[in-house]
Formats: sequence, structure tokens, C-alpha cells
Amino acid sequence: MTAASALSFDLARARVAVGAVTDPEIPVLTLDDLGVIRDIRQDEAGRIEVTITPTYSGCPAMAAMALDLETALLTAGFKEARIRTTLSPAWTTDWMSENGREKLRAYGIAPPERATTRRALFGEETKPACPHCGSGKTAKVSEFGSTACKSLWRCEACLEPFDAFKCI
Amino acid sequence: MAADLVTYTLRLADTALVLGHRLSQWSSYGPTIEEDIAMSNLALDLIGQARLLYDYAGTVEGKGQDEDALAYLRDEHAYLNLLIAEQPNGDFAVTMVRQFLYAAFMQPYMEALMRSKDATLAAIAAKAEKELAYHVRHAGEWLVRLGDGTAESQARAQAGLDDLAIFVGEFFETDAVEKAMIAAGIAPDPTSIRPRFEALLDHVLGEATLRRPVFSTHHLGGKTGRHTEHLGPMLAEMQVLHRAHPGAVW
Ligand SMILES: [Zn+2]
Repeated sequence: MTAASALSFDLARARVAVGAVTDPEIPVLTLDDLGVIRDIRQDEAGRIEVTITPTYSGCPAMAAMALDLETALLTAGFKEARIRTTLSPAWTTDWMSENGREKLRAYGIAPPERATTRRALFGEETKPACPHCGSGKTAKVSEFGSTACKSLWRCEACLEPFDAFKCI
Repeated sequence: MAADLVTYTLRLADTALVLGHRLSQWSSYGPTIEEDIAMSNLALDLIGQARLLYDYAGTVEGKGQDEDALAYLRDEHAYLNLLIAEQPNGDFAVTMVRQFLYAAFMQPYMEALMRSKDATLAAIAAKAEKELAYHVRHAGEWLVRLGDGTAESQARAQAGLDDLAIFVGEFFETDAVEKAMIAAGIAPDPTSIRPRFEALLDHVLGEATLRRPVFSTHHLGGKTGRHTEHLGPMLAEMQVLHRAHPGAVW
């Protein structure tokens, strides 16, 4: 194998390892689904560097994500892995994959709306459909749910409470 | 110039941290479980913003101070936060009024800071602005609910507003440090934010049937380390663990 193809082979293996890492708070989503993996590269020394971006400034899961990524790469046989954080461009829920949205819905969390509707300030926001029964008749219980990235809702058709991923 | 940038960044960081810590004091005391969680989430956003800003201030300063050194090892007079942030929580209405006044100013301010010539501040602002948009909506909805609620809730919201109004003037005051940052295209001019702040405030107060108080400029000094009597005790509680066990991790 030439040096160049060894490199691209390594990178492909790194992508597979990184692609399997899931969100520590929403285990049905991979970090790739979430859109926080911004770059995967390998330097001349063979080290893998993964660039991630935080969802929220104070997201307590970021440290766990970095550790999980490093562990996944070391387990896959890489001797050294670096996880770098970048702030810009700022993460947006528009980066969440279509596949990720479906997984969220199946898990019982209403996925974020496309193309940021959050500008609507008071009472004008789009209501998420109930992830359990699909009804559009839902009411917000709280702007902040179990984590900073989710709000808490109640379905007026099936009466079940649910989390909705906030559009940001 | 670098010294001014450190001071300016610390002012933003200290304000976010002090307000974040105040909100965290509500943890397990919220009026409902949902609001308890909401306030913890607001605190988390602000403390997260503060960490990014401290990290940057420490890097620019270049004296090896990390976020913990800046947050836990500076005394009251080295803190440069806006005075409104350190005011006691009072009752729930007071906390929501304080939160609304802060977020209604800081959200458009951060939006303006996104155009800063300083790339790091612009990137931090881009995250903070999105988060603060939710803070505005959350606190705004509460103001409407409290103001346009019972006689009791309205009286408490109005009292909070009248008490905290004396700290709003400070938002728009600038000294030599901030003027230098504005001239360099690093900081936005806070007076340019005022029309949006007032329009938002009037909209919400109108729906909340609350009276708009007079915003005086008698209470200044937070940005230069002259504080009200409330900051010292708050910092003592916040810093004691780190000072008793330097470098402890868990
Ligand atoms: Zn339903």
C-alpha cells in the first residue's frame, strides 16, 4: 500500500469510528446526525484530529462528547486522537440530518423545525406536532425542558407530555 | 489596546457569570419543577458564555490565568459586572424582571457584537445571541403572565421593575475603555441598542399592563469595580470551595 492510500484508508476507518459515537444525552442520535462533527483529518504523523462545535455555550455534554470520540478512535486502533472545538460558524439545528430527525421523532422527541422559526417572539411560534400521535394540537408547558436544547410540551389530543428539540 | 480588550471581555464575562450564579441559586427553590429546570438552563447558558469569554480574556492577557483563576480568585473590586446582575433574587417576579431587562438589552447587543472586528468575540456572540433570544421570550412571557395576572402578582412585578430600573442606565454608559473598543470596531456602541431595547420593553410592558419606570443613571460603577453591597457575599459563597481547595477537580 502506498503512503497516500494508507492515509486515506486510515481516514476512512476514523470516519467509521467517529460515525458510531452517539450523543450522551440522546443516545438514539449519533454526533454526526446532530451535526456537531465539523471536520475529521489526519496529519503527516498519522494523528487523527476531529473538530466539533458546541450546540449551546453551556452544554454540559461537550466534555463527554470529546471523551467518547477520543475513546472510539483509540479503541479503533489509533494511537493518538485530538478533539478540537470550534465556535464559528455557530451550530444550528438546520445541520441535523434528516435521518436524525426521524430517529428523534421515533424516540418521542419532536424534531426541530427547519430554517429557524425562533424569531417569532411572543405566541407566534410554530407548534411542534406530537411525536406520539402526530396531532398538531399541542401546548407549550415550559420554554426549557430536560436539557437546554429542548422545550417541554403537552399533546392535547393524546394527552402525553413530550420534549421538543428547540430551533436554534 | 490589549489591556482594554481584556477589561472589556472581563466585563461581559463577569456579568454573565454573576447573573448565571444568581439564577443557579434558584435551583430546587423554583415555583414549579418546570421553572426550576428552566432557571437552571438559563444559568447554564450564561455560565457557558462566561467560560468562553474568560478563556479568551486569559489568552489575550497572556499571564496564564485560566477560567477558574479569573472566576474564583479575583476579589469583589476586580469584578467588572453590570450592577443589575448582582442584585438579589428577591421573589420570582423580581428575578423575572431582572432577567427580562438583561436579556432584552443583551440579545440585540450580542447581535451587534457578531459584527465585531474581533473574530473570537464575534463567534462567542453568535452563540450567545441565539441563546438569549430564548431568554427574552421566556422572561417576557412571565412578565405578561405576572403583570396581567392577579393584583398580587402585578404588584410584585411592578415593584421589581421600579426597584431595578435604577440599574438600567448603566447599560448605556461608556468609559474610556469601552469608547476605545467602539472606536476600534470591536465593541458595539450600546446607545445604538437603546431604541430596540425600549421598543421591546414597551411591547412587553404594554401586554403586561405594567408601568414603565424612569431609567436613571445614578447607579453606575459596576464596570469599574464599584459594587453594591450584594456582590461580596455572593462571591464569598461562590468562591469558597475553590479557595479552600485550590486546584481541586472532581
Ligand atoms: Zn399526541
